[in-house]
Amino acid sequence: MIQVSNLSKKFDSFCAVNNISFSVQPGEVLGFLGPNGAGKSTTMKILTGFLSPSAGEVSVMGHNVLKNPIAAQREIGYLPEGAPSYEDMSVISSLQFIGKARGFFGKELKQRIDSVVSKVELESVLLKRVETLSKGFRRRLGIAQALLHDPKVLILDEPTDGLDPNQKHQVRELIRNLSQDKTVIVSTHILEEVSAVCSRAMILAKGEIVFDGTPSELAAKSDFHNAVTIRLAKHSEVVIAALKKLPSVKSVSVGSDDQITVFSKDGQSILAEVNQVLQRGGCLLDELHVEVGRLDDVFRKVTLDDTMKATLNETKEQA
Amino acid sequence: MGSVKVILNRELASYFATPVAYIFIIIFLVLSGIFTFYLGHFFERAQADLSSFFNFIPWLYLVLVPAVAMRLWSEERRSGTIELLMTLPISTGKIVLAKFLAAWLFIGLALLLTFPIWLSVNYLGEPDNGVILAGYIGAWFMSGGFLAIGSCLSATTKNQIIAFILTLVVCFLMIVSGFPIVQDVLSGWAPLWLVDGFANLSFLTHFDAISRGVIDLRDFVYFLVLIAAWLYATVLVIDMKKAD
Repeated sequence: MIQVSNLSKKFDSFCAVNNISFSVQPGEVLGFLGPNGAGKSTTMKILTGFLSPSAGEVSVMGHNVLKNPIAAQREIGYLPEGAPSYEDMSVISSLQFIGKARGFFGKELKQRIDSVVSKVELESVLLKRVETLSKGFRRRLGIAQALLHDPKVLILDEPTDGLDPNQKHQVRELIRNLSQDKTVIVSTHILEEVSAVCSRAMILAKGEIVFDGTPSELAAKSDFHNAVTIRLAKHSEVVIAALKKLPSVKSVSVGSDDQITVFSKDGQSILAEVNQVLQRGGCLLDELHVEVGRLDDVFRKVTLDDTMKATLNETKEQA
Repeated sequence: MGSVKVILNRELASYFATPVAYIFIIIFLVLSGIFTFYLGHFFERAQADLSSFFNFIPWLYLVLVPAVAMRLWSEERRSGTIELLMTLPISTGKIVLAKFLAAWLFIGLALLLTFPIWLSVNYLGEPDNGVILAGYIGAWFMSGGFLAIGSCLSATTKNQIIAFILTLVVCFLMIVSGFPIVQDVLSGWAPLWLVDGFANLSFLTHFDAISRGVIDLRDFVYFLVLIAAWLYATVLVIDMKKAD
């Protein structure tokens, strides 16, 4: 459980985080999205007690991070940006150090290390020095040290950055399989990661929250939401014209490879109507599918466009 | 205090995981030998004491202790591990103390390894070993003072070179504040208490007293207060500018 209220952080004149409030419940996996410099890492650093905010309150599992950082830090597992670890230590001694610093010794320490090592598959590099590790292994070591004390709250700053697709998949599985009572915040640049891992997505831009909702709600904001993409066996201007005339269709675009995308008005479902037109025209299809929505499209819209923010606030007020 | 020990052990291990420890110890021993036997005219003096060793040790420490201290915090900042360390459930004060103690023990170890000089003087004559012991203890306390200054200044920057130079300059001032040259500058116009104050601030004033075998508790208190003050300043600096 994480509660953030009216949090601000200013660096000299630059405002990295501007008066944001949110809370995350146990069982939720919150994805932090946003362009570089949006305030994601800064927010995470404040949550973990590393930075102190310029204004606002943060509580983690009921502990005020500002007044009682040690109690809060006991509950938090944290992977800092770039997964730093001591270069001159071996993997096993790094984990031993973190474990001991968190108060585990002897048998319990060994059990905990064994368990996280197999979770993130570090067995093959246990005795290697950290400075000789590849980026992927470093990241996994960082995740292992964050999981070592089985924390109730996990804060992972770009956990899949620098991993190959297999490793990415593995880390996502890991995050998804974390037990249900954990509160997790993950920051990422990769949009599909949000739909793959998160139960909730939050987009930050210029230190403010510009979107907060489920990944499917995020996708629904896309122009491509419920759009129908088709490829005709034979190009037909008549059909395209007919599609354009449909009342629920906003626009039709024809791609270079004859791919036709029919955009829906207000994101309503248009498959049935499009299908009727195609059947009436007697078209043979090479391809047809309904788009869920393109996240990168929404991301650009939300983080670049200020008017979007206004409409978002409106819908919030209506709700 | 368990967490202090854990961090202290990690720090000590990291000294010996890299060539840093060995190079430091070798250079320290070689230079202390050269200073004692050649520049200090150990043999020509034909006196059964180690004053030729202890006379030079402040100057040796002036260069070598900042070299140990510079990596205390600058390195953590540069590599980002400061974030790992400071988000463990351990207070800043304990971490600062642990890192300082590790470095202090390490320098103490190097100091102990100069024992062949002590053996030589005992072989050649009959020195007052009490005075020599006092000298060793005094030297160790003095190194703690240098180190605490270095800890604080290293916390201000991620650049080790800057940390080294800053520490060297401040430590130099701490040594020379008792010298006639500084005293002369002051004595013309400053009130006597200020002149004495400056003299009392000097590492040398206190170290000389101890190494001559004059055991005055105040000299040890001086070093302990100095160490405590600079370590406290380290905590403040780190809490203030953890991020940059």
